[in-house]
Amino acid sequence: MFINFFMTLREHGVPVSLREYLMLMEGMQAGLADHSITDFYYLSRATLVKNESNLDKFDQIFGHCFKGLEAPEAEDLTAEIPEDWLRKMAEKFLTPEEMEKIESAGDWDKLMETLKKRLDEQNERHQGGSKWIGTAGTSPFGAYGYNPEGIRIGQKESRHRRAVKVWDKREFRNLDDNVELGTRNIKVALKRLRNFARQGAAEELDLDDTIQSTAKRGYLDIKMVPERHNAIKVLIFFDIGGSMDPHIKLCEELFSAARSEFKHMEYFYFHNCLYEGVWQDNSRRHQNRMNTYDILHKYPHDYKVIFVGDASMSPYEIVHPGGSVEHWNEESGEVWMKRVLEIYQSAIWLNPIKEAHWDYTHSISLMRQLMNDKMYPLTVNGLESAMKELSRKH
Amino acid sequence: MKFTGTDTYVATPDLMIAVNAAITLQRPLLIKGEPGTGKTVLAHEVAKALGKDLLEWHIKSTTKAQQGLYEYDAVSRLRDSQLGDERVHDIKNYINKGKLWHAFTADDSPILLIDEVDKADIEFPNDLLQELDRMEFNVYETGETIRAVNRPLVIITSNNEKDLPDAFLRRCFFHYIKFPDKKTMVDIINVHFPDIQNILVREALNLFYDVRDVPGLKKKPSTSELLDWLKLLMVEDMPLDVLRSNDPKTMIPPLHGALLKNEQDVHMLERLAFMNRRENR
Repeated sequence: MFINFFMTLREHGVPVSLREYLMLMEGMQAGLADHSITDFYYLSRATLVKNESNLDKFDQIFGHCFKGLEAPEAEDLTAEIPEDWLRKMAEKFLTPEEMEKIESAGDWDKLMETLKKRLDEQNERHQGGSKWIGTAGTSPFGAYGYNPEGIRIGQKESRHRRAVKVWDKREFRNLDDNVELGTRNIKVALKRLRNFARQGAAEELDLDDTIQSTAKRGYLDIKMVPERHNAIKVLIFFDIGGSMDPHIKLCEELFSAARSEFKHMEYFYFHNCLYEGVWQDNSRRHQNRMNTYDILHKYPHDYKVIFVGDASMSPYEIVHPGGSVEHWNEESGEVWMKRVLEIYQSAIWLNPIKEAHWDYTHSISLMRQLMNDKMYPLTVNGLESAMKELSRKH
Repeated sequence: MKFTGTDTYVATPDLMIAVNAAITLQRPLLIKGEPGTGKTVLAHEVAKALGKDLLEWHIKSTTKAQQGLYEYDAVSRLRDSQLGDERVHDIKNYINKGKLWHAFTADDSPILLIDEVDKADIEFPNDLLQELDRMEFNVYETGETIRAVNRPLVIITSNNEKDLPDAFLRRCFFHYIKFPDKKTMVDIINVHFPDIQNILVREALNLFYDVRDVPGLKKKPSTSELLDWLKLLMVEDMPLDVLRSNDPKTMIPPLHGALLKNEQDVHMLERLAFMNRRENR
């Protein structure tokens, strides 16, 4: 049974290895989880999961593998409910779509509270429907029905794996990757780009050089070296306005993280696609436009370039001259993108839109092609792969 | 030898299992969690509960793995040699023991806290792999091998600033301290302020969780901030009705400086309070 559990974990992408499995066995042998399945759950979690983003996955798989091992937590409630209410009479047929539709009633406490209230109100047997306790309904209380946060009353085993137990509570849900992208996470991801070099005033003792030079000269000859700094240089182009409005918060966070992480960072704004002009102050975008050529000439080719934008626009805005929605552009966006990419070998595009939705927008595929597939979603995972790509030597 | 929490530390059952597993199987225990949920304090409390010595190794961005083992002080040897000091002939005089050396050679197996391991360089945990696994290391300068007489319990904390290498993780037990729920929080408060009025705790907790639920806060207040805040409330002898009133004007909690450490967060709460006030008018 444990082997099965172990294999399922691996199949679902929780990185467990034989070493950890043996450690779990060792722990079982030492009697660390003799008392209950909950202890076993805690022990296996401490042994097998090494990253909080996998905790939620682990909880789900644990619930799946060991379902029905223990009576439902709410069993003591059964005593108060007349038997015949709960006798299985029929099972309401629910399609997955219908299941989706059923709303959860809220958190555990609220559920228990409602249950108590419901128990006081209810006097006769009830079946079906979506409010009263009984069988085969969609109310959170009762058995053989479906509700995402249901309490099981008088049902032999979990049918939908949804009765709330320790692991079924899924308290770690929001630690799963992909979703949460706070400033701190972004900074961590950006740190991958660090590339230390020695520059500036010599203020650290270089021990090796000192010893060597002292041995050579025959007297104490102290050598100093400059401190190491992050020498990475970055140009960031932000798409702003229009369809980017829903992503403002995310971009702000990315911006503030990048600001504090990179000493040499220059940022520019554009709208939808890069054309001959960009700007640095969005409130004066029409007065203080900078020529894109000037930027290409000013910053040498060892700068890393990051575009941030949803790349969602009319395809004409990329491929045709005059396609811009704001002004008449002599040359198409495609030409400008190619110009930038020719100079800067390390360039990537970060897209705040979910990767799964990319294929539905033609301009995203277009832009992705232009970028040689170096488009990444603006999530922790995406950012990490993007930084990996940028830190590659060209 | 079992850890069940102490009279100043409330341990949840899953934390107890993780600590006991680490004690029994003599493997390192890696602790992660939001800042201020008691990661470092855990090591102190485990040491207190088991009656062991605690060795603390606080990691900085410049810390090298070698510093935990030993350091060879070449510079002072060089100086001594120039001054013709007798000590110069024995290299042992210039080897400074690190925390791991102390932990390995202590008589009664101590508890070693490696605090904020993620602050160090990415390679840092890798450099300690063998040393923590086999609990031994070589001193190249003298050719000795230092081996742990009694394997110490190693507790490692991390703030998630960097990913730790897989090989390192595989050798540890892992526990994520999640933010305590209201019930656990009441226990924690009772442990720290036994003579606090229940009513004050209840009102303060409601307010505290309300603040934590405000969407978009840059830094949510944590347990240690709550404890500080309660201490302040007690010292200031804050009248209860200030906490309790549903008046939207007091949407900003009294003495909020202890809870919110970011002026943008304070502004946001103020703005929300203002909007609430308008709605209620």
